[in-house]
Amino acid sequence: MADYKYDILVCGGTGCRATESELLVSNLKAELKTLQLDSEVQVVSTGCFGFCEKGPIVKIMPDNTFYTQVNASDAAEIVSEHIVKGRKVNRLLYLDPVENKNVADSKNMDFYKKQLRVALRNCGFINPENIEESIARDGYSALGTILQSITPEGVIDILKKSGLRGRGGGGFPTGIKWEMARKNNADQKYVVCNADEGDPGAFMDRSILEGDPHSVLEAMAICGYCIGATKGLIYIRAEYPLAIKRLKVAIGQAREYGLLGKNILDFGFDFDVELRYGAGAFVCGEETSLIHSMEGKRGEPTVKPPFPAESGFMNKPTIVNNVETYANIPVIINKGADWFASIGTEKSKGTKVFALAGKINNVGLIEVPMGTTLREVIFEIGGGIKNGKKFKAVQTGGPSGGCLTEKHLDIPIDFDNLIAAGSMMGSGGMIVMDEDDCMVSMAKFFLEFTVEESCGKCAPCRIGNKRLFEILTKITDGKGVKQDLTDLRNLCNVIKDTSLCGLGQTSPNPILSTMENFWHEYVDHIENHKCEAAHCRALMKYEIDEENCIGCTACARACPVAAITGSKKMPHIINQAICIKCGACMEKCKFNAVILK
Amino acid sequence: MTKIRTLDDLRNLRTNLRQGMDMRENADNPDSVVQIKVAMATCGIASGAKKTMDFFVTELRKRQITALVTQTGCMGYCYAEPTIEVTIPGKTPVVFGNVTENVADEIIEKYIKKGELVDGIIPQTFNPIDK
Repeated sequence: MADYKYDILVCGGTGCRATESELLVSNLKAELKTLQLDSEVQVVSTGCFGFCEKGPIVKIMPDNTFYTQVNASDAAEIVSEHIVKGRKVNRLLYLDPVENKNVADSKNMDFYKKQLRVALRNCGFINPENIEESIARDGYSALGTILQSITPEGVIDILKKSGLRGRGGGGFPTGIKWEMARKNNADQKYVVCNADEGDPGAFMDRSILEGDPHSVLEAMAICGYCIGATKGLIYIRAEYPLAIKRLKVAIGQAREYGLLGKNILDFGFDFDVELRYGAGAFVCGEETSLIHSMEGKRGEPTVKPPFPAESGFMNKPTIVNNVETYANIPVIINKGADWFASIGTEKSKGTKVFALAGKINNVGLIEVPMGTTLREVIFEIGGGIKNGKKFKAVQTGGPSGGCLTEKHLDIPIDFDNLIAAGSMMGSGGMIVMDEDDCMVSMAKFFLEFTVEESCGKCAPCRIGNKRLFEILTKITDGKGVKQDLTDLRNLCNVIKDTSLCGLGQTSPNPILSTMENFWHEYVDHIENHKCEAAHCRALMKYEIDEENCIGCTACARACPVAAITGSKKMPHIINQAICIKCGACMEKCKFNAVILK
Repeated sequence: MTKIRTLDDLRNLRTNLRQGMDMRENADNPDSVVQIKVAMATCGIASGAKKTMDFFVTELRKRQITALVTQTGCMGYCYAEPTIEVTIPGKTPVVFGNVTENVADEIIEKYIKKGELVDGIIPQTFNPIDK
């Protein structure tokens, strides 16, 4: 192996690739080649660093320098300054917004200080397309250890002791699930990885598959050994082309190295993995729908029991686990159940990955121990709300979750606490909202998603969600009546109680939790025709302030529907009957004379 | 055809590959390993700091000492280039001057391995360069 003096790690995740990180890699390589440094400096394209807000990210080792928002054209300066002269390029360092100081080492950034990376341990550290970097970081050693010296029951015991619960949303104890599948006798069993990540704003599964595919493959093989399966299937959505590509590379390399296939490590254990593509239907994240979709049938759920662990893919016992759950397993085997159980809260062990999105300064992917508070996540790691606005709510658990408010900020995040607070963990999406967000519209947004994604098999979900959406539309259009609120609540409860699968059972949550926490906004919309956040167009009015208007006619000329009248140098008037509320007049006015009410 | 046949194969491969990743592993915990900073300003480079740095990187690896070798700007001791600063975990950094390959060898063998001081120390008249 060559003696490299520097490793330049460049984020090769989907987010940073969208801002030309691939070109940056080739520029860096070309620059090093010109200066004949290519034998001393290695450029590595890694998985996601998580700090997507300031991508593309470049990290230089060994001095652990963290550069943000690096353009492809910055390659020359990084090489000539940092590599050749040993001077950090200050303008590319992260600027601490509080102290207004450059931070060179990522360990000193608030974003990373409180994080603990278990599932994401290799993301942003290794080259996901090189199995050797994974092996150097203990890849496949857990599989080797258990094949050599631990019985399947022993492994299941370790998982049970570790307290690992499913990271896909349900939080079912993984060890117990595996035990069920192990006890069911069958000539063939299946290990399935659920990579059908469908929550709006969630991208942890994608990042793990893009940044560390081998951990997932290894954990699936471990599962195969435990339950007695020789076949693994990864159900991944076709919208994740990069994750699919990296998985294919990883599977190919694992086969080539003899870590998948027949007689793995000479212990007589066979296991192989194939990919199955989903078309991106949200309902296919539900395990029975997912299995039907893999069988080539329509992606619709069926009643449980029988659970997949009894009768799943092709009616054989099947384990369906989420990507993040799998990524935790090799570490648990290597470091022990006690180590894992020492992290987290009483009933939720380990760490959880969250995808921060919405009106938050540090949009990105983070991993924290269970029990970290929402305040720590949003204000310390997430850097608070964009543009100094006021925090209003955070939606956890995606379209199935609920919104939490200021009063919930100090609860320690774990599976049970979130449910008690009226939301849920879900896959770990967190959408942060500020004072400009209307909560009725927010609920409407999620309902629109559920209506679109409902598979249509059961009536409560198919028809009920549509009705909910219609009532919400009515309210945001300013046509709501008081009875609507009673109807909403009743209908929500009926849909929750009578839907067939998780999608319908949870789809009313955004409405119920916003009604619980922001009841006055619903009332305001209906009784006062007012949207506090000035978000619902139908409830707003553009008016011209006579005192400020100098009659320059700029607004009248900008108005696309000629709703503004008035003679020159005289205050103008907006005809509300014609106005389409496009806001063009407000943009044009230089005297702040157009006001929004 | 299969590259890894047995668990021993896997473990050997991991041990061999480990070194290639050491730099990144150590960079994550710089305080737990020996850190060497080589002053690489114009004066340093002109006096052979690059050779000194190469020597440290290859020799430390050969002698299986986990260390983090980085470069830094001018330390101000232009009369004694190449200058290096060595930090052994838990100890105050020590600056050495005129570090040619021979001196470097002595530093590795005596100071880094055994903690004995060698000639060429530049007295600390001010705080370490990081402070």
